[in-house]
Amino acid sequence: MPEVGAIAEKVRSKNAGPFWATIDIFCGTVEAYERVSRGLSSDAVASAFQMEVADLKRFDIPDLRVVKFSLPRPAVQGTAEDRDMHGAGWGPMVAELVIP
Amino acid sequence: MIRVLIPSGALGLGYDKTALARGIAAGPDLIAIDGGSTDSGPSYLGRGVSKYARAATKAEWKGLIEARAEAGVPLVIGTAGTCGTGSAVDWLYDITVEILAELGQTARIAVLKSDQPIARVREALASDRISPLPHAPHIDADLIGQCTNIVALAGAEQIAAALDTGADIVIAGRTTDTAIIAALPIQRGMRPGAAWHGAKIGECGALCATNPQSGVILVDVDDAGFTVTPLADGAHATPHTVSAHMLYENSDPFILYEPGGHLDVTGARYVALDDKRVRVEGSEWVPSDRYTVKLEGARVAGYQTILIAILRDPRYVAAVQNWCDDIAVRHADRVAQRMGLEPQDYSLELRLIGQNATLGALEPRAGSAAEVGVMGIVTARTQEQANDIGKLLNPFLLHHPLTQDEEQPTFAFPFSPAEIDRGPAWEFCLNHVMELADPMEAFTLQVHDA
Repeated sequence: MPEVGAIAEKVRSKNAGPFWATIDIFCGTVEAYERVSRGLSSDAVASAFQMEVADLKRFDIPDLRVVKFSLPRPAVQGTAEDRDMHGAGWGPMVAELVIP
Repeated sequence: MIRVLIPSGALGLGYDKTALARGIAAGPDLIAIDGGSTDSGPSYLGRGVSKYARAATKAEWKGLIEARAEAGVPLVIGTAGTCGTGSAVDWLYDITVEILAELGQTARIAVLKSDQPIARVREALASDRISPLPHAPHIDADLIGQCTNIVALAGAEQIAAALDTGADIVIAGRTTDTAIIAALPIQRGMRPGAAWHGAKIGECGALCATNPQSGVILVDVDDAGFTVTPLADGAHATPHTVSAHMLYENSDPFILYEPGGHLDVTGARYVALDDKRVRVEGSEWVPSDRYTVKLEGARVAGYQTILIAILRDPRYVAAVQNWCDDIAVRHADRVAQRMGLEPQDYSLELRLIGQNATLGALEPRAGSAAEVGVMGIVTARTQEQANDIGKLLNPFLLHHPLTQDEEQPTFAFPFSPAEIDRGPAWEFCLNHVMELADPMEAFTLQVHDA
């Protein structure tokens, strides 16, 4: 069972303002896009973030061969609880999720 | 058609001088550059200062002021000095006057300020003119009063007002990243959907193209759509690089909210004109009933002192979490005995670098590393308290044994003193919009002939 990062070309995460995070999975090929889009469930991503799936926004964009997730930041940017000012670390975490 | 030249994604990041000269030769109607962002955290807004060095800002700004004089068109900067507070605008204004004197140039400078007095924001809250955005923190009059700076994000209307003064240079406080690019095309009657979409694609400079660090691009907006042209050698815009830029730092890649409405790019079509340029049509601007501006504010949430110790002994690396848990209990006792402080008076976190410092409780991986760093983060009500709490932590991080009957161990301290005062710990505390009866009501505009 491969990891998302082994199928996709690139997985990146970034702040979308101080209160939101966004993760872009660039799949590259149509085949990779279909594997990720079908295989990576919103539940699996929400579970990795230990959050309610209802708070997760998902965009499957076939034209770009991109699957995108946006979510309220686990901690607001810059607070004492925040560990990652620019939100760099969630991309690698999502890249390591396994696709059945 | 209105041609906007964008030298880079932010003043301070550098730009390609050859590409900039190409842009000037192409006859732009405006040169626009962003000066800031919230992306580097709340400290810049809280303190009202720039992230970039004065020397770097001055060198790059000088190049743009020279380019502006050559092109004979206005130069606009939005969110001056990273955070766009009045103090940051004044800082860039002083640099500008210094540069003009050095160049022997004169210029009309329009200064747009976005600062919001606490009384205005409290009054807006009391009269129901402030609304929360999704996942906004709770706010009240007290919290608003704790903000050291509050700014509102100006839109196209305020930038257009600044351009209307006949300014050669516009130095704007906090604006949306896109407003400085979209304002002129909208003012000249171009299609608003194309102006906003072109502005969003262009606001990070050449990040929408290959060779993203080259900076310089042109955005041509007309009454049907827009065309984006990167200007550096080896930089190419393709329908994929341009449309993919809508993903960047955007929670929704199809909708972008701005003062006075929103951009909807669901129906946008991206076509390659050649191997360098991309044409985009079909983006829609949807005006809103109310005119709102987004607010940003920052306050001091405490004062911090940090300490770093590094464990290299394999037995301690393997047991580091137990070691930290034990230290936390003993340290809390000592802080209570020596300083009379209870756990609710301060916080201590022992963050494990090499284990889960980035992801914390979300980290699914466990592995064995050669070493592990322990970063103690103390947050307290004053700096003096934070430093004293740090001093009480110091002997534990240096010598705490896993068991009582072993010889006293010693761990690696990279610095002396081990306690590093971080100063105030700032927090963003507003994610709200404020309704205005008139777009200029919350902004001030001044003109200086320098």
